[in-house]
Amino acid sequence: MTQTVEDAPPELTPRQRYARRQRRRSIVVAAASTLVVATLLVAVVVRAPGWEEVKASFFDGDRFRESFAEIAPAFKLNVRVFLIAEACILVFALLLAVARSSRAPALFPVRVLATVYVDLFRGVPVLLVLFLLGFGVPALRLEGVTNDPVFWATVALILSYSAYVSEVYRAGIDSVHESQRSAARAVGLTSTQSLRFVVLPQAVRRVIPPLLNDFIALQKETALVGVLGPIEAARRAQIYSSRTFNFTSYVAAALIFLAITIPLTRLTDWLLARQRRRTMAGGPA
Amino acid sequence: MTALTVEGVTKAFGTKTVLAGIDLRVADHEVVCLIGASGSGKSTLLRCIDLLEPIDEGQILLGDEDISAPGVDEDVVRRRLGIVFQGFNLFPHLSVLQNVTLGPRKALRVPRADAEARAHDLLARFGLGDKAGEHPDKLSGGQQQRVAIVRSLAMKPEVLLLDEITSALDPELIGEVLDVIRELRSAGMTMVLATHEMGFAREIADQVHFLDQGRIIESAPPAELFSTPKQERTRQFLQRILDARRL
Repeated sequence: MTQTVEDAPPELTPRQRYARRQRRRSIVVAAASTLVVATLLVAVVVRAPGWEEVKASFFDGDRFRESFAEIAPAFKLNVRVFLIAEACILVFALLLAVARSSRAPALFPVRVLATVYVDLFRGVPVLLVLFLLGFGVPALRLEGVTNDPVFWATVALILSYSAYVSEVYRAGIDSVHESQRSAARAVGLTSTQSLRFVVLPQAVRRVIPPLLNDFIALQKETALVGVLGPIEAARRAQIYSSRTFNFTSYVAAALIFLAITIPLTRLTDWLLARQRRRTMAGGPA
Repeated sequence: MTALTVEGVTKAFGTKTVLAGIDLRVADHEVVCLIGASGSGKSTLLRCIDLLEPIDEGQILLGDEDISAPGVDEDVVRRRLGIVFQGFNLFPHLSVLQNVTLGPRKALRVPRADAEARAHDLLARFGLGDKAGEHPDKLSGGQQQRVAIVRSLAMKPEVLLLDEITSALDPELIGEVLDVIRELRSAGMTMVLATHEMGFAREIADQVHFLDQGRIIESAPPAELFSTPKQERTRQFLQRILDARRL
Protein backbone atom coordinates (compact mmCIF):
# COMPACT_ATOMS: atom_id res chain seq x y z
CA MET A 1 0.00 0.00 0.00
CA THR A 2 2.70 2.47 1.01
CA GLN A 3 4.41 1.81 -2.26
CA THR A 4 1.37 2.68 -4.32
CA VAL A 5 0.90 5.86 -2.34
CA GLU A 6 4.48 6.92 -3.02
CA ASP A 7 4.35 6.00 -6.64
CA ALA A 8 0.88 7.39 -7.25
CA PRO A 9 0.68 10.66 -9.14
CA PRO A 10 -0.65 13.51 -6.96
CA GLU A 11 -3.71 13.92 -9.15
CA LEU A 12 -6.48 11.38 -8.79
CA THR A 13 -8.67 10.29 -11.64
CA PRO A 14 -12.29 11.50 -11.46
CA ARG A 15 -13.32 7.94 -10.55
CA GLN A 16 -10.85 7.80 -7.64
CA ARG A 17 -12.00 11.23 -6.45
CA TYR A 18 -15.58 10.00 -6.54
CA ALA A 19 -14.70 6.84 -4.55
CA ARG A 20 -12.86 8.91 -1.98
CA ARG A 21 -15.83 11.31 -1.60
CA GLN A 22 -18.10 8.30 -1.08
CA ARG A 23 -15.79 6.87 1.58
CA ARG A 24 -15.67 10.17 3.46
CA ARG A 25 -19.41 10.49 3.26
CA SER A 26 -19.99 7.07 4.84
CA ILE A 27 -17.65 7.93 7.72
CA VAL A 28 -19.53 11.18 8.38
CA VAL A 29 -22.90 9.40 8.22
CA ALA A 30 -21.73 6.65 10.62
CA ALA A 31 -20.38 9.18 13.12
CA ALA A 32 -23.53 11.31 13.00
CA SER A 33 -25.90 8.37 13.50
CA THR A 34 -23.83 7.06 16.42
CA LEU A 35 -23.96 10.46 18.07
CA VAL A 36 -27.73 10.70 17.65
CA VAL A 37 -28.38 7.21 19.06
CA ALA A 38 -26.04 7.72 22.01
CA THR A 39 -27.61 11.10 22.86
CA LEU A 40 -31.10 9.59 22.72
CA LEU A 41 -30.11 6.67 24.98
CA VAL A 42 -28.50 8.92 27.56
CA ALA A 43 -31.44 11.30 27.46
CA VAL A 44 -33.94 8.49 27.99
CA VAL A 45 -32.00 6.95 30.90
CA VAL A 46 -31.08 10.19 32.65
CA ARG A 47 -34.60 11.63 32.38
CA ALA A 48 -36.22 8.43 33.66
CA PRO A 49 -38.17 9.03 36.89
CA GLY A 50 -36.06 6.53 38.88
CA TRP A 51 -32.67 7.65 37.53
CA GLU A 52 -31.52 9.38 40.71
CA GLU A 53 -32.10 6.23 42.81
CA VAL A 54 -30.47 3.97 40.19
CA LYS A 55 -27.51 6.31 39.97
CA ALA A 56 -27.05 6.24 43.72
CA SER A 57 -27.30 2.45 44.04
CA PHE A 58 -25.46 1.35 40.87
CA PHE A 59 -23.09 4.16 39.94
CA ASP A 60 -21.80 5.54 43.20
CA GLY A 61 -18.23 6.76 42.68
CA ASP A 62 -16.99 6.15 46.24
CA ARG A 63 -18.65 2.76 46.49
CA PHE A 64 -17.12 1.89 43.14
CA ARG A 65 -13.58 2.67 44.29
CA GLU A 66 -14.11 0.86 47.57
CA SER A 67 -15.67 -2.31 46.10
CA PHE A 68 -13.22 -2.38 43.21
CA ALA A 69 -10.36 -2.60 45.68
CA GLU A 70 -12.05 -5.61 47.31
CA ILE A 71 -13.10 -7.41 44.12
CA ALA A 72 -9.88 -7.06 42.15
CA PRO A 73 -7.87 -9.36 44.48
CA ALA A 74 -10.74 -11.88 44.46
CA PHE A 75 -10.58 -11.91 40.67
CA LYS A 76 -7.19 -13.61 40.91
CA LEU A 77 -9.08 -16.78 41.82
CA ASN A 78 -11.13 -16.51 38.61
CA VAL A 79 -7.98 -16.10 36.57
CA ARG A 80 -6.32 -19.06 38.27
CA VAL A 81 -9.31 -21.36 37.73
CA PHE A 82 -9.58 -20.14 34.15
CA LEU A 83 -5.93 -20.77 33.29
CA ILE A 84 -5.79 -24.24 34.87
CA ALA A 85 -9.14 -25.28 33.37
CA GLU A 86 -8.21 -23.98 29.93
CA ALA A 87 -4.92 -25.87 29.83
CA CYS A 88 -6.62 -29.13 30.88
CA ILE A 89 -9.53 -28.64 28.47
CA LEU A 90 -7.24 -28.09 25.49
CA VAL A 91 -5.59 -31.47 26.09
CA PHE A 92 -8.58 -33.50 27.28
CA ALA A 93 -10.89 -32.24 24.52
CA LEU A 94 -8.31 -33.08 21.89
CA LEU A 95 -8.08 -36.64 23.23
CA LEU A 96 -11.89 -36.89 23.12
CA ALA A 97 -12.02 -35.60 19.56
CA VAL A 98 -9.32 -38.00 18.40
CA ALA A 99 -11.14 -40.87 20.12
CA ARG A 100 -14.38 -39.95 18.35
CA SER A 101 -12.66 -39.58 14.97
CA SER A 102 -10.81 -42.90 15.22
CA ARG A 103 -11.70 -45.43 12.54
CA ALA A 104 -9.99 -48.61 13.68
CA PRO A 105 -12.56 -51.32 14.51
CA ALA A 106 -10.62 -52.22 17.67
CA LEU A 107 -11.23 -48.71 18.97
CA PHE A 108 -15.01 -48.98 18.65
CA PRO A 109 -15.56 -49.04 22.46
CA VAL A 110 -13.41 -45.93 22.84
CA ARG A 111 -15.48 -44.21 20.18
CA VAL A 112 -18.72 -45.14 21.94
CA LEU A 113 -17.43 -44.00 25.33
CA ALA A 114 -16.29 -40.67 23.93
CA THR A 115 -19.64 -40.17 22.19
CA VAL A 116 -21.61 -40.95 25.33
CA TYR A 117 -19.38 -38.63 27.33
CA VAL A 118 -19.89 -35.72 24.95
CA ASP A 119 -23.66 -36.27 24.82
CA LEU A 120 -23.83 -36.37 28.60
CA PHE A 121 -21.73 -33.36 29.48
CA ARG A 122 -23.06 -31.17 26.71
CA GLY A 123 -26.59 -31.93 27.90
CA VAL A 124 -26.22 -31.22 31.61
CA PRO A 125 -26.06 -27.61 32.88
CA VAL A 126 -22.60 -26.71 34.19
CA LEU A 127 -24.20 -25.57 37.45
CA LEU A 128 -25.54 -29.08 38.13
CA VAL A 129 -22.19 -30.73 37.42
CA LEU A 130 -20.69 -28.23 39.81
CA PHE A 131 -23.15 -29.11 42.59
CA LEU A 132 -22.84 -32.85 41.99
CA LEU A 133 -19.06 -32.79 42.23
CA GLY A 134 -18.66 -29.99 44.77
CA PHE A 135 -21.15 -31.38 47.28
CA GLY A 136 -21.28 -35.03 46.21
CA VAL A 137 -17.62 -36.02 46.29
CA PRO A 138 -16.83 -34.53 49.74
CA ALA A 139 -19.97 -36.28 51.07
CA LEU A 140 -18.41 -39.61 50.12
CA ARG A 141 -15.65 -38.90 52.67
CA LEU A 142 -13.12 -40.76 50.58
CA GLU A 143 -9.68 -41.06 52.06
CA GLY A 144 -6.95 -39.14 50.26
CA VAL A 145 -9.44 -37.27 48.07
CA THR A 146 -9.50 -33.52 48.45
CA ASN A 147 -12.63 -31.68 49.54
CA ASP A 148 -11.32 -28.39 48.18
CA PRO A 149 -14.32 -26.74 46.45
CA VAL A 150 -12.05 -24.80 44.10
CA PHE A 151 -10.57 -28.08 42.92
CA TRP A 152 -13.96 -29.68 42.28
CA ALA A 153 -15.35 -26.54 40.67
CA THR A 154 -12.40 -26.51 38.28
CA VAL A 155 -12.94 -30.20 37.52
CA ALA A 156 -16.61 -29.51 36.79
CA LEU A 157 -15.70 -26.73 34.34
CA ILE A 158 -13.13 -28.99 32.67
CA LEU A 159 -15.59 -31.86 32.29
CA SER A 160 -18.35 -29.68 30.84
CA TYR A 161 -16.27 -27.52 28.56
CA SER A 162 -14.19 -30.39 27.22
CA ALA A 163 -17.36 -31.82 25.73
CA TYR A 164 -17.97 -28.59 23.79
CA VAL A 165 -14.38 -28.02 22.83
CA SER A 166 -13.98 -31.61 21.60
CA GLU A 167 -16.77 -30.95 19.12
CA VAL A 168 -14.92 -27.89 17.88
CA TYR A 169 -11.79 -29.96 17.40
CA ARG A 170 -13.77 -32.68 15.66
CA ALA A 171 -15.22 -30.19 13.19
CA GLY A 172 -11.63 -29.15 12.47
CA ILE A 173 -10.50 -32.73 11.95
CA ASP A 174 -13.42 -33.39 9.61
CA SER A 175 -12.63 -30.25 7.63
CA VAL A 176 -9.21 -31.55 6.58
CA HIS A 177 -9.76 -33.04 3.15
CA GLU A 178 -9.50 -36.80 2.72
CA SER A 179 -6.82 -36.26 0.06
CA GLN A 180 -4.46 -35.01 2.78
CA ARG A 181 -4.82 -38.34 4.56
CA SER A 182 -4.21 -40.17 1.26
CA ALA A 183 -1.07 -38.13 0.66
CA ALA A 184 0.19 -38.87 4.15
CA ARG A 185 -0.46 -42.59 3.78
CA ALA A 186 1.16 -42.48 0.33
CA VAL A 187 4.50 -41.41 1.83
CA GLY A 188 4.34 -44.41 4.10
CA LEU A 189 3.01 -42.84 7.30
CA THR A 190 0.86 -45.01 9.54
CA SER A 191 -2.65 -43.77 10.25
CA THR A 192 -1.56 -42.53 13.68
CA GLN A 193 1.37 -40.65 12.14
CA SER A 194 -0.92 -39.22 9.44
CA LEU A 195 -3.23 -37.90 12.13
CA ARG A 196 -0.41 -36.47 14.21
CA PHE A 197 1.77 -34.88 11.54
CA VAL A 198 -0.72 -34.01 8.80
CA VAL A 199 -4.35 -33.88 9.94
CA LEU A 200 -4.19 -32.46 13.48
CA PRO A 201 -1.80 -29.57 12.78
CA GLN A 202 -4.12 -28.34 10.03
CA ALA A 203 -7.28 -29.01 12.05
CA VAL A 204 -6.09 -27.15 15.14
CA ARG A 205 -5.00 -24.13 13.11
CA ARG A 206 -8.44 -23.85 11.59
CA VAL A 207 -10.35 -24.02 14.87
CA ILE A 208 -8.35 -21.49 16.87
CA PRO A 209 -10.99 -18.74 16.50
CA PRO A 210 -13.93 -20.91 17.63
CA LEU A 211 -11.75 -22.29 20.45
CA LEU A 212 -11.10 -18.76 21.68
CA ASN A 213 -14.83 -18.18 21.54
CA ASP A 214 -15.42 -21.05 23.97
CA PHE A 215 -12.70 -19.74 26.24
CA ILE A 216 -14.36 -16.36 26.48
CA ALA A 217 -17.46 -18.18 27.70
CA LEU A 218 -15.35 -20.22 30.11
CA GLN A 219 -13.76 -17.08 31.53
CA LYS A 220 -17.22 -15.79 32.49
CA GLU A 221 -18.32 -19.15 33.89
CA THR A 222 -15.54 -19.06 36.48
CA ALA A 223 -18.03 -16.94 38.44
CA LEU A 224 -19.89 -20.21 39.10
CA VAL A 225 -17.08 -21.33 41.40
CA GLY A 226 -18.60 -18.98 43.95
CA VAL A 227 -21.71 -21.13 44.41
CA LEU A 228 -19.60 -23.76 46.19
CA GLY A 229 -18.33 -21.20 48.69
CA PRO A 230 -14.94 -19.96 47.47
CA ILE A 231 -14.96 -16.21 47.17
CA GLU A 232 -14.20 -15.16 43.63
CA ALA A 233 -14.94 -11.80 42.03
CA ALA A 234 -18.71 -12.10 41.53
CA ARG A 235 -19.21 -13.59 44.98
CA ARG A 236 -17.10 -10.82 46.51
CA ALA A 237 -19.26 -8.26 44.73
CA GLN A 238 -22.36 -9.93 46.14
CA ILE A 239 -20.95 -9.84 49.66
CA TYR A 240 -20.08 -6.17 49.31
CA SER A 241 -23.53 -5.44 48.01
CA SER A 242 -25.34 -7.16 50.87
CA ARG A 243 -23.15 -5.38 53.38
CA THR A 244 -23.74 -1.90 51.98
CA PHE A 245 -27.17 -2.25 50.33
CA ASN A 246 -25.58 -0.85 47.20
CA PHE A 247 -25.22 -2.52 43.78
CA THR A 248 -22.24 -0.55 42.48
CA SER A 249 -20.00 -3.52 43.30
CA TYR A 250 -21.74 -5.56 40.57
CA VAL A 251 -20.88 -2.92 38.01
CA ALA A 252 -17.29 -3.00 39.24
CA ALA A 253 -17.17 -6.81 38.94
CA ALA A 254 -18.68 -6.63 35.45
CA LEU A 255 -15.99 -4.16 34.37
CA ILE A 256 -13.26 -6.44 35.70
CA PHE A 257 -14.61 -9.37 33.68
CA LEU A 258 -14.91 -7.17 30.60
CA ALA A 259 -11.27 -6.16 30.94
CA ILE A 260 -10.37 -9.75 30.06
CA THR A 261 -13.20 -10.82 27.77
CA ILE A 262 -13.25 -7.81 25.44
CA PRO A 263 -9.60 -8.11 24.41
CA LEU A 264 -10.15 -11.85 23.89
CA THR A 265 -13.21 -11.13 21.76
CA ARG A 266 -11.34 -8.63 19.63
CA LEU A 267 -8.49 -11.11 19.19
CA THR A 268 -10.98 -13.74 18.04
CA ASP A 269 -12.55 -11.35 15.53
CA TRP A 270 -9.15 -10.38 14.23
CA LEU A 271 -8.09 -14.01 13.81
CA LEU A 272 -11.36 -14.84 12.04
CA ALA A 273 -10.97 -11.89 9.69
CA ARG A 274 -7.41 -12.89 8.93
CA GLN A 275 -8.49 -16.45 8.23
CA ARG A 276 -11.23 -15.23 5.91
CA ARG A 277 -8.78 -13.02 4.03
CA ARG A 278 -6.42 -15.95 3.56
CA THR A 279 -9.14 -18.26 2.35
CA MET A 280 -10.38 -15.63 -0.08
CA ALA A 281 -6.85 -15.06 -1.33
CA GLY A 282 -6.85 -18.70 -2.37
CA GLY A 283 -4.37 -19.80 0.24
CA PRO A 284 -4.71 -23.18 1.89
CA ALA A 285 -8.16 -23.17 3.38
CA MET B 1 12.47 -58.66 -14.10
CA THR B 2 8.85 -57.76 -13.55
CA ALA B 3 8.47 -54.77 -11.25
CA LEU B 4 4.74 -54.87 -10.90
CA THR B 5 2.07 -57.41 -11.77
CA VAL B 6 -1.69 -56.90 -11.61
CA GLU B 7 -3.76 -60.04 -12.07
CA GLY B 8 -7.54 -60.20 -12.44
CA VAL B 9 -8.15 -57.21 -10.20
CA THR B 10 -11.76 -56.15 -9.71
CA LYS B 11 -13.12 -53.28 -7.67
CA ALA B 12 -16.64 -52.00 -7.11
CA PHE B 13 -17.86 -48.97 -5.20
CA GLY B 14 -21.24 -50.15 -3.95
CA THR B 15 -22.99 -51.55 -7.00
CA LYS B 16 -20.83 -49.64 -9.46
CA THR B 17 -18.06 -51.77 -10.95
CA VAL B 18 -15.00 -49.63 -11.55
CA LEU B 19 -12.40 -52.29 -12.33
CA ALA B 20 -13.75 -55.37 -14.10
CA GLY B 21 -10.74 -57.64 -14.19
CA ILE B 22 -7.46 -55.86 -14.89
CA ASP B 23 -4.26 -57.64 -15.94
CA LEU B 24 -1.12 -55.55 -16.22
CA ARG B 25 2.57 -56.31 -16.21
CA VAL B 26 5.26 -53.66 -15.80
CA ALA B 27 8.91 -54.59 -16.28
CA ASP B 28 11.77 -52.93 -14.42
CA HIS B 29 12.62 -49.50 -15.90
CA GLU B 30 9.55 -49.65 -18.08
CA VAL B 31 7.19 -46.70 -18.55
CA VAL B 32 3.56 -47.64 -18.96
CA CYS B 33 0.76 -45.22 -19.82
CA LEU B 34 -2.90 -45.77 -19.03
CA ILE B 35 -5.26 -43.85 -21.29
CA GLY B 36 -9.03 -43.74 -21.44
CA ALA B 37 -11.99 -41.50 -20.75
CA SER B 38 -12.75 -40.08 -17.30
CA GLY B 39 -14.35 -42.80 -15.20
CA SER B 40 -12.69 -45.63 -17.11
CA GLY B 41 -10.88 -46.73 -13.95
CA LYS B 42 -7.34 -45.36 -14.45
CA SER B 43 -7.16 -43.49 -11.14
CA THR B 44 -8.83 -46.27 -9.19
CA LEU B 45 -6.33 -48.77 -10.58
CA LEU B 46 -3.41 -46.63 -9.42
CA ARG B 47 -4.98 -46.11 -6.00
CA CYS B 48 -5.57 -49.86 -5.71
CA ILE B 49 -1.94 -50.60 -6.60
CA ASP B 50 -0.82 -48.20 -3.83
CA LEU B 51 -3.26 -50.01 -1.46
CA LEU B 52 -5.16 -46.77 -0.88
CA GLU B 53 -8.28 -48.66 -1.99
CA PRO B 54 -8.90 -52.32 -1.12
CA ILE B 55 -9.45 -54.56 -4.13
CA ASP B 56 -12.33 -57.05 -4.32
CA GLU B 57 -10.64 -59.83 -6.27
CA GLY B 58 -7.31 -60.57 -7.89
CA GLN B 59 -3.70 -60.10 -6.95
CA ILE B 60 -1.12 -57.35 -7.02
CA LEU B 61 2.56 -58.29 -6.94
CA LEU B 62 5.45 -55.93 -6.30
CA GLY B 63 8.47 -57.77 -7.63
CA ASP B 64 7.39 -61.32 -6.80
CA GLU B 65 5.79 -60.44 -3.49
CA ASP B 66 2.00 -60.51 -3.20
CA ILE B 67 1.14 -57.13 -1.66
CA SER B 68 -2.61 -57.72 -1.85
CA ALA B 69 -2.50 -60.79 0.39
CA PRO B 70 -4.34 -60.52 3.68
CA GLY B 71 -2.04 -59.72 6.58
CA VAL B 72 0.44 -57.71 4.52
CA ASP B 73 1.51 -54.52 6.33
CA GLU B 74 0.14 -51.87 3.96
CA ASP B 75 2.23 -49.08 5.45
CA VAL B 76 5.40 -51.01 4.63
CA VAL B 77 4.21 -51.60 1.06
CA ARG B 78 3.37 -47.92 0.53
CA ARG B 79 6.92 -47.01 1.50
CA ARG B 80 8.14 -48.97 -1.52
CA LEU B 81 5.73 -47.29 -3.97
CA GLY B 82 5.32 -43.64 -4.88
CA ILE B 83 2.11 -42.00 -6.02
CA VAL B 84 1.59 -38.46 -7.28
CA PHE B 85 -1.94 -37.09 -7.40
CA GLN B 86 -3.74 -34.85 -9.85
CA GLY B 87 -4.35 -32.25 -7.12
CA PHE B 88 -0.74 -32.27 -5.79
CA ASN B 89 -2.00 -32.81 -2.20
CA LEU B 90 1.01 -31.11 -0.66
CA PHE B 91 0.81 -30.53 3.09
CA PRO B 92 -0.09 -26.83 3.29
CA HIS B 93 1.12 -26.36 6.86
CA LEU B 94 4.64 -27.57 6.08
CA SER B 95 7.45 -25.98 4.09
CA VAL B 96 8.62 -27.58 0.86
CA LEU B 97 11.57 -29.15 2.68
CA GLN B 98 9.33 -30.52 5.43
CA ASN B 99 6.90 -31.88 2.83
CA VAL B 100 9.74 -33.80 1.21
CA THR B 101 11.37 -35.06 4.42
CA LEU B 102 8.25 -36.04 6.38
CA GLY B 103 7.97 -39.52 4.85
CA PRO B 104 11.67 -40.45 5.04
CA ARG B 105 11.99 -39.14 8.59
CA LYS B 106 8.83 -40.56 10.12
CA ALA B 107 8.17 -43.66 8.03
CA LEU B 108 11.73 -44.71 7.12
CA ARG B 109 13.33 -43.26 10.28
CA VAL B 110 16.08 -41.57 8.28
CA PRO B 111 18.00 -39.12 10.50
CA ARG B 112 16.93 -35.55 9.92
CA ALA B 113 20.26 -34.33 8.54
CA ASP B 114 20.42 -37.16 5.99
CA ALA B 115 16.79 -36.69 4.95
CA GLU B 116 17.31 -32.96 4.48
CA ALA B 117 20.53 -33.39 2.54
CA ARG B 118 18.81 -35.77 0.16
CA ALA B 119 15.78 -33.50 -0.12
CA HIS B 120 18.01 -30.55 -1.02
CA ASP B 121 19.73 -32.67 -3.69
CA LEU B 122 16.43 -33.74 -5.21
CA LEU B 123 14.95 -30.23 -5.10
CA ALA B 124 18.04 -28.82 -6.77
CA ARG B 125 17.92 -31.52 -9.44
CA PHE B 126 14.39 -30.47 -10.41
CA GLY B 127 14.99 -26.73 -10.31
CA LEU B 128 13.43 -26.16 -6.91
CA GLY B 129 16.64 -25.51 -5.00
CA ASP B 130 15.57 -22.04 -3.90
CA LYS B 131 12.09 -23.12 -2.80
CA ALA B 132 13.01 -25.37 0.13
CA GLY B 133 11.89 -22.86 2.75
CA GLU B 134 8.68 -21.77 1.01
CA HIS B 135 5.21 -22.97 1.85
CA PRO B 136 3.21 -24.63 -0.95
CA ASP B 137 0.76 -21.72 -1.33
CA LYS B 138 3.64 -19.50 -2.47
CA LEU B 139 4.40 -21.78 -5.43
CA SER B 140 2.88 -22.02 -8.90
CA GLY B 141 0.89 -25.14 -9.77
CA GLY B 142 3.77 -26.52 -11.80
CA GLN B 143 6.20 -25.98 -8.94
CA GLN B 144 3.78 -27.59 -6.50
CA GLN B 145 3.44 -30.66 -8.67
CA ARG B 146 7.23 -30.91 -9.04
CA VAL B 147 7.51 -30.76 -5.24
CA ALA B 148 4.91 -33.52 -5.01
CA ILE B 149 6.99 -35.66 -7.37
CA VAL B 150 10.14 -34.95 -5.33
CA ARG B 151 8.20 -35.88 -2.18
CA SER B 152 7.49 -39.29 -3.71
CA LEU B 153 11.05 -39.72 -4.98
CA ALA B 154 12.45 -39.00 -1.52
CA MET B 155 11.04 -42.39 -0.47
CA LYS B 156 13.18 -44.07 -3.19
CA PRO B 157 10.16 -45.90 -4.62
CA GLU B 158 10.56 -49.07 -6.68
CA VAL B 159 7.66 -47.96 -8.87
CA LEU B 160 6.26 -44.46 -9.32
CA LEU B 161 2.53 -44.11 -9.97
CA LEU B 162 1.42 -40.83 -11.58
CA ASP B 163 -2.29 -40.05 -11.57
CA GLU B 164 -3.08 -37.43 -14.23
CA ILE B 165 -0.45 -35.17 -12.78
CA THR B 166 -0.87 -32.42 -15.37
CA SER B 167 -4.68 -32.30 -15.48
CA ALA B 168 -5.00 -29.58 -12.84
CA LEU B 169 -2.32 -27.36 -14.37
CA ASP B 170 -2.54 -24.30 -16.57
CA PRO B 171 -1.36 -25.23 -20.08
CA GLU B 172 1.83 -23.17 -19.86
CA LEU B 173 2.89 -25.05 -16.70
CA ILE B 174 2.47 -28.57 -18.07
CA GLY B 175 5.83 -28.60 -19.83
CA GLU B 176 7.94 -28.18 -16.71
CA VAL B 177 6.23 -31.15 -15.06
CA LEU B 178 6.56 -33.36 -18.14
CA ASP B 179 10.27 -32.50 -18.25
CA VAL B 180 10.60 -34.05 -14.80
CA ILE B 181 9.03 -37.27 -16.07
CA ARG B 182 11.35 -37.30 -19.08
CA GLU B 183 14.33 -37.00 -16.79
CA LEU B 184 13.03 -39.77 -14.52
CA ARG B 185 12.59 -42.00 -17.52
CA SER B 186 16.15 -41.49 -18.65
CA ALA B 187 17.27 -42.24 -15.09
CA GLY B 188 15.51 -45.60 -15.39
CA MET B 189 12.56 -45.06 -13.06
CA THR B 190 9.76 -47.59 -13.44
CA MET B 191 6.56 -45.61 -13.90
CA VAL B 192 2.84 -46.11 -14.45
CA LEU B 193 1.10 -42.95 -15.70
CA ALA B 194 -2.58 -42.29 -16.05
CA THR B 195 -2.69 -39.43 -18.52
CA HIS B 196 -4.78 -37.36 -20.90
CA GLU B 197 -1.67 -36.05 -22.67
CA MET B 198 -1.69 -38.29 -25.73
CA GLY B 199 1.29 -36.61 -27.34
CA PHE B 200 3.30 -37.15 -24.20
CA ALA B 201 2.15 -40.76 -23.82
CA ARG B 202 3.26 -41.39 -27.38
CA GLU B 203 6.67 -39.90 -26.68
CA ILE B 204 7.43 -41.45 -23.32
CA ALA B 205 5.61 -44.77 -23.01
CA ASP B 206 7.06 -48.20 -23.72
CA GLN B 207 3.57 -49.62 -23.58
CA VAL B 208 0.15 -47.95 -23.71
CA HIS B 209 -2.99 -49.51 -22.30
CA PHE B 210 -6.42 -48.24 -23.26
CA LEU B 211 -9.00 -48.63 -20.49
CA ASP B 212 -12.73 -48.62 -21.04
CA GLN B 213 -15.35 -49.41 -18.40
CA GLY B 214 -12.86 -50.97 -16.04
CA ARG B 215 -11.15 -53.21 -18.59
CA ILE B 216 -7.96 -52.95 -20.58
CA ILE B 217 -9.34 -53.11 -24.11
CA GLU B 218 -6.13 -52.75 -26.01
CA SER B 219 -2.41 -52.76 -25.20
CA ALA B 220 0.39 -51.93 -27.61
CA PRO B 221 3.54 -49.87 -27.96
CA PRO B 222 2.53 -46.24 -28.52
CA ALA B 223 3.49 -46.02 -32.19
CA GLU B 224 1.20 -48.93 -32.93
CA LEU B 225 -1.70 -48.05 -30.62
CA PHE B 226 -1.94 -44.43 -31.72
CA SER B 227 -1.51 -44.99 -35.48
CA THR B 228 -3.26 -48.31 -36.01
CA PRO B 229 -5.63 -49.00 -33.13
CA LYS B 230 -7.22 -52.41 -33.52
CA GLN B 231 -10.32 -51.96 -31.40
CA GLU B 232 -13.28 -49.88 -32.49
CA ARG B 233 -13.62 -48.25 -29.07
CA THR B 234 -9.96 -47.23 -29.03
CA ARG B 235 -10.43 -45.63 -32.46
CA GLN B 236 -13.51 -43.76 -31.27
CA PHE B 237 -11.72 -42.52 -28.14
CA LEU B 238 -8.67 -41.29 -30.09
CA GLN B 239 -10.95 -39.68 -32.66
CA ARG B 240 -12.83 -37.78 -29.94
CA ILE B 241 -9.52 -36.51 -28.55
CA LEU B 242 -8.46 -35.35 -32.01
CA ASP B 243 -11.80 -33.62 -32.59
CA ALA B 244 -11.60 -31.88 -29.22
CA ARG B 245 -8.14 -30.56 -30.05
CA ARG B 246 -9.35 -29.09 -33.31
CA LEU B 247 -11.98 -26.96 -31.54
